[in-house]
Amino acid sequence: MDIYIKKEVIILNYLWPILILLSFLFSILNGNIQNLNNSIFSSVSDVVTLSLTLVGNMCLWCGLMKIIKETKIMNLLIKILNPILKWLYPDSKNNKKAMEAISINTVSNFLGIGNAATPAGLKAMEELQKENRKKDELSNSMIMLIVLNTTSIQLIPTTVIAIRVALGSPNPSNIIIPIWISTIAGTLTGVIVTKILLRRKKV
Amino acid sequence: MIYISAVIIPLIIAIIIFCGLVENKKVYDLFCEGAKEGIEMTLKMFPTLIGIFLAIGMLRNSGLLDFFAKFIGNIIKNFNVPSEIIPLALIKPISGSASMALATDIISKFGTETRIGMIAATIMAASETTFYVIAVYMNSIKAKKSRNVIIPAIIADLVSIITAICIIK
Repeated sequence: MDIYIKKEVIILNYLWPILILLSFLFSILNGNIQNLNNSIFSSVSDVVTLSLTLVGNMCLWCGLMKIIKETKIMNLLIKILNPILKWLYPDSKNNKKAMEAISINTVSNFLGIGNAATPAGLKAMEELQKENRKKDELSNSMIMLIVLNTTSIQLIPTTVIAIRVALGSPNPSNIIIPIWISTIAGTLTGVIVTKILLRRKKV
Repeated sequence: MIYISAVIIPLIIAIIIFCGLVENKKVYDLFCEGAKEGIEMTLKMFPTLIGIFLAIGMLRNSGLLDFFAKFIGNIIKNFNVPSEIIPLALIKPISGSASMALATDIISKFGTETRIGMIAATIMAASETTFYVIAVYMNSIKAKKSRNVIIPAIIADLVSIITAICIIK
């Protein structure tokens, strides 16, 4: 999570001032300056309302995740996933350390434990790099790992549910099924396209 | 459908706590210990959120965002895609906090149960911040050649957005 925020700040150092200055210029040209002025104060109080709802939800799920981490649920899920992971990472299936990190990464992503997923993913990259023949190039397994981390199937979309709660939704968890369908569609596509791209490179 | 959505979260919570009990763990202590991390995470996000919400709020209220959405809406008006979604779809792979601000903005403007509100929520949750994940993972081993890892990642993002637009009526 920290690493993500640091990386984002770099681009936002350019994007943020551009957005603000462009909005200012546009609102002057458009005669919208009164609206713009009001928005400055309302956005700040919006964040406070949102964060208050968010903090409750974050605490709830962080608490439950702690229970998961201390029990054997993770190990069980890792065992169930094993055959699928062997198919996804055929080049590295005998690299024990890498596969272990990859399965922790996958299960953490699945359960929405972001602060466990990223360290495990980076650990997996490190282990995969050891068996990588061309050190400055991503290996097949690395590409699969990165693609799966960008698409990321998440069982419980906690942030979105928290936002819906904050905005007064009568049934906040209603969103889960559409999210599952679209995230699974995206992830399957990602896997298939990656497999096709990697197969072509081999020939 | 509504029943299934309503049962998922209580069921998951029950399973987690049941598994903890079976293994003889002090589930309540563990829960409270973990919940502390939630406060830290939200606190860490707070300054970023203020900055981003300020910028997105100005973008919306200056009329620039609507101008942009209308411009794109003219191009895609034959595809049954709400144009308000496009800025979110564009910013989603680049910045997690900016897309969160934009999605919140869209959902509060159009309503949580409307088509646009539901699509915005789905797009926000269905994928990660693609460019950051790629940058972080590639930097970690100092790899220079990406072998087009971006192609499957972007296609996957597109498919999940298109799926969201198609299934939410």
